[in-house]
Amino acid sequence: MEVPIRATGLLGFTFFSLLFFVCTSSPLHSLFISNAERRIDATSHIVKVYLTLKVENAGSTPTSEVLLAFPPTQVDHLATVEVLVTKGKRKKTTLVRLDVKPTELPDAPDGAKYFTIFLANPLNSGESTTLEVLYLFTHSLEPFPAEIGQSESQLVHYRDSALILSPYHIKQQTSFIKTPSRKVESFTRVEPTNHAGTEIKYGPYEDRPPYSFSPILIHFENNSPFPVVEELVREVEISHWGNLQVTEQYTLVHGGARHKGVFSRVDFQSRPTLSGASSLRHLLARLPPRVHSVYYRDEIGNISSSHLRTDSRKSELEIEPRYPLFGGWKATFVIGYGLPLQDFLFESSDDRRYLNFTFGCPLLETVVDKLTVKVVLPEGSKDPSAVVPFPVDQHLETKYSYLDVVGRTVVVMEKKNLVPVQNSHFQVYYTFKPIFMLAEPLMLASAFFLFFVACVAYLHIDLSIRK
Amino acid sequence: MAAPESSAAAVPTLYTNNALRNAFGGVLAFFILLLIGVMAFSIRLFSVIKYESVIHEFDPYFNYRVTQFLAKNGIYEFWNWFDDRTWYPLGRVIGGTVYPGLTLTAGTIWWLLNSLNIPLSVETVCVFTAPIFSAFASWATYLLTKEVKGTGAGLTAAALLAMVPSYISRSVAGSYDNEAVAIFALIFTFYLYIKTLNTGSLFYATLNSIAYFYMVCSWGGYTFIINLIPMHVLLCIVTGRFSSRLYIAYAPLVVLGTLLAALVPVVGFNAVMTSEHFASFLVFIILHVVAFVYYIKGILTPKMFKVAVTLVVSVGLAVCCAVIAVLVALVASSPTKGWSGRSLSLLDPTYASKYIPIIASVSEHQPPTWPSYFMDINVLAFLVPAGIIACFSPLSDASSFVVLYIATSVYFSGVMVRLMLVFAPAACITSGIALSQAFDVFTRSIKFQLPGIASNTEVDAAETSSSTAEAQNDVEKSEETSKNRPSKKSKKKEKEEKPLPKAKAEKKRLLALPLDSSVISLLLLILLGALYVVHCVWAAAEAYSAPSIVLTSRSHDGLHVFDDFREAYAWLRHNTDVDDKVASWWDYGYQTTAMANRTVIVDNNTWNNTHIATVGTAMSSPEKAAWEIFHSLDVKYVLVVFGGLVGYPSDDINKFLWMVRIGGGVFPHIKEPDYLRDGQYRIDSQATPTMLNCLMYKLSYYRFVETDGKAFDRVRQTEIGKKYFKLTHFEEVFTTHHWMVRIYKLKPPKNRIRGKTKKPKTKTSTTSSRAKRSGTGKKNPWH
Repeated sequence: MEVPIRATGLLGFTFFSLLFFVCTSSPLHSLFISNAERRIDATSHIVKVYLTLKVENAGSTPTSEVLLAFPPTQVDHLATVEVLVTKGKRKKTTLVRLDVKPTELPDAPDGAKYFTIFLANPLNSGESTTLEVLYLFTHSLEPFPAEIGQSESQLVHYRDSALILSPYHIKQQTSFIKTPSRKVESFTRVEPTNHAGTEIKYGPYEDRPPYSFSPILIHFENNSPFPVVEELVREVEISHWGNLQVTEQYTLVHGGARHKGVFSRVDFQSRPTLSGASSLRHLLARLPPRVHSVYYRDEIGNISSSHLRTDSRKSELEIEPRYPLFGGWKATFVIGYGLPLQDFLFESSDDRRYLNFTFGCPLLETVVDKLTVKVVLPEGSKDPSAVVPFPVDQHLETKYSYLDVVGRTVVVMEKKNLVPVQNSHFQVYYTFKPIFMLAEPLMLASAFFLFFVACVAYLHIDLSIRK
Repeated sequence: MAAPESSAAAVPTLYTNNALRNAFGGVLAFFILLLIGVMAFSIRLFSVIKYESVIHEFDPYFNYRVTQFLAKNGIYEFWNWFDDRTWYPLGRVIGGTVYPGLTLTAGTIWWLLNSLNIPLSVETVCVFTAPIFSAFASWATYLLTKEVKGTGAGLTAAALLAMVPSYISRSVAGSYDNEAVAIFALIFTFYLYIKTLNTGSLFYATLNSIAYFYMVCSWGGYTFIINLIPMHVLLCIVTGRFSSRLYIAYAPLVVLGTLLAALVPVVGFNAVMTSEHFASFLVFIILHVVAFVYYIKGILTPKMFKVAVTLVVSVGLAVCCAVIAVLVALVASSPTKGWSGRSLSLLDPTYASKYIPIIASVSEHQPPTWPSYFMDINVLAFLVPAGIIACFSPLSDASSFVVLYIATSVYFSGVMVRLMLVFAPAACITSGIALSQAFDVFTRSIKFQLPGIASNTEVDAAETSSSTAEAQNDVEKSEETSKNRPSKKSKKKEKEEKPLPKAKAEKKRLLALPLDSSVISLLLLILLGALYVVHCVWAAAEAYSAPSIVLTSRSHDGLHVFDDFREAYAWLRHNTDVDDKVASWWDYGYQTTAMANRTVIVDNNTWNNTHIATVGTAMSSPEKAAWEIFHSLDVKYVLVVFGGLVGYPSDDINKFLWMVRIGGGVFPHIKEPDYLRDGQYRIDSQATPTMLNCLMYKLSYYRFVETDGKAFDRVRQTEIGKKYFKLTHFEEVFTTHHWMVRIYKLKPPKNRIRGKTKKPKTKTSTTSSRAKRSGTGKKNPWH
């Protein structure tokens, strides 16, 4: 069930961290990086960093672990780290995903945080391998000025290091930072530095020792809206009558520069490019195919500005909030839809059933600060267990829905700081006897039966005191 | 009824025939009633299907908010609820000023459903309360009409009521207002009154008091009941129809009903102190006097009785005069003569427009026009006279009540459009009686003249020709009689001696109706009914289902939705501070508190005229004066509704004259003529400078000229008078997509001081002195 990984399409995170490779099982110094190239994409509000590392083992013992290092300020914003390695030769290359785990090292300088990459095959002495690392940062573009008027464009600060932070010696390294437009107010120069078009190039730098660090600050225009879902609660309710009902409650905020002063509708409507350039006008949600009964509403009723396009591969729901969101403005809404159950519910070999569903937020290019996924199992299901590809907080709840007597088991999973690239699938396993499906219809039938019996009885009993 | 008359041999077969047919009729009537209920419910769902499941209009939003509070906090919190989010800074004691019937009903339904683990939201329950209660109301109509004229009339009346447009207009899904349950309570109370009157059973009398209590809980219109029933009692006494049944029907209602009514916080001691209730006590006394006289008459010889009468009359007159003099003095000492403003405007239709502009400003308090009668009750308007005539043949206690009911409600509906709602059930009942009687007559004469039946004996024919309705009615009556023998005896006797000779006489007369004309008349009646159904469905689908917070318009490129109100309320809800105060004209108060969850200055409850006048004054004042008023009220945002861009006619500019009038009523420096040019209200270049400089004009038209270059107002169909101006004390913070709602923020005081350097006097005023001024200078604080 692993999603096939396409080298570019998948990863998207941001900020700069420095990567380092270390073998914990062998001395750090036995590894070094012969070449490192880092491409930082700051065009949207999720900063994506693509890092290509060529790691060589100069030591004598084989090693299977490589370390990545991040400064502590970046770790807080780090949403995901993925590492791919190229397998095969020439044209028949495939990309294989490697395991990455956060690691604590006792002697980390300045509180640097580490991630360990577990290589598929140990790296023997003298060998080298090329790792493709992708990581994403959220909330790493800091609007400056923090408040803008309606007609101003949004400028942001981005902080990183010109040199890649690594516990290894790096022989040669280059960093590229891509900005959304040519308008760059200022950037720190660490020679050689070059600004051409929408790209700033740092490097190449030769022979830098481990833990080299050189802070840089880039101030540039980024007029893309910063949709941030502060809280998302997804409730997936399984009905064995053939429907999967999904309800998603959003608290959306525009995380960019705060709106200041006047909002003039006349400017907004007549000059859409100049006025409110960074405002959030619409969002696109990618829903599974064969979706039905889609609704989009908030606490005061239906929101009429939405479009649903469906084809056999996917469904796209384009939604507009009730009002355009300027920086700092909030909106809450609910999206709900039904899905055919057979697309998502399967039987496993051990006679259990499992639900296979996407974990993350279906809105594209959106950061989710806090996500709660609730899987409501049918009444009478037992032994629930969830399998999620990344660490989440889990617990069980009970929910009473239509005519429930014992309540439904709810598997609750919580995760913070989520980006769309993590829309990977999770599974919830449970056992369920189909006879429970009949419980509620039988209950209703017997209630009506009793009611009619009572009526018949009443009509045949004379309750009068006097004859 | 026919069985005893037939020959001895015919009795058994006729009896079984009758029993079968009655059983069949009973089942049929039951299913018809069920279907009527389903129809009453489903005809009101057009709004949900065409729009969405949402609360409509203004008042329902308040009721919805109260229900939410009740569902969340429980009943005791509800009684003690002091709402600080409205009428800032005064607040409002919701628990003591609201008719709780509707809220408690919906709250109970919600609680019941939730305890059965049916997780419907409060909103859903509220939306569907009105359709459910219209089904109940049509069943109650059936019961009431059945008591008056039998099952056939009952079913017809129930069917008519289920779809009468006047009632639909107040009870479509989402129209969560007091009237939704009150009409049911009204009809049901009347039914129980008639039932008590017919049976003389104390059980029904008690039920009647409880139904009256529910009505008092539900709607201020309960005063209609407590005046109509005494009138009927009086009528009965005057026409010599006094009986013990009348006493049982009335006396417990007054005693129990008044006690129960006083339990409702919003009524309280009003139940004994205001003039609306006076009639009931007066009739109560008269009833006792009459009962006493009858009693005395029974135990004394005629001669003694005459002596007693002279004695009692002379003493009684003296006492009465004294009591009446005291009462008159008491009543006269109160400025409104003990009547509430709305009741007074009912008795004197010109009262409100003369003295209380706030009541007159509400469109539903205006007198209706003739087309609105046709729109709201359609063909019933023609059937009502026939029904009244039918009520007179024969006139019983029950039918005289219906006649009285329709006569009074016609008058009230003529005074206020809103009371058309009370008129509609009466119209349905009389029309139901008329239709049913007409069908009765026609079908009977057809059946009688058909060859197969005509050869039968007259008795047979009489029997077959009597409509199912009547037959059933009689059987039910006789069943009832057997159940409540003692009380029904007199009734039964009456019944038996009345219909039989009459039926014969009628039959004789009906024979004169030719076959072809009966058939044609029947067809015409059916056509009439069909027209009514078509009209009702059209009214339900097109005229009355719009929720008014969402507007739609059809153009060549499809349906266009104007959802500006909710856009603005959602914006306020999410993007302003939770304690910010929003000022708007009072129409939008309930919606702002419910949808935007922000504190408002005035709302649709209109209990404090001065407060509303303050807002009206602010809206009518120039910018700076308005800023001062609003600032003294802690207002942060001002909301105006503007329809000029898309042609939405009920916007604030069109309501503006009422703001001026209401404001001017309290603060005399606002004078209506200042806003009118030669008596005409206009906003174009001919408008007066006062008009062009007032806050409402400025907030509505700020930067409007930039939309089309000409500033053409599509509601007033004219170019506006002053196109280019700047706001100095307010700034635009939000305008919705179609400009229907514009929200402005008050600029902070420092800007005001800077802008004021030319006028030293007002400039120096600090916040505290300003507050003081607004507090003390109620009469004319802005000069």
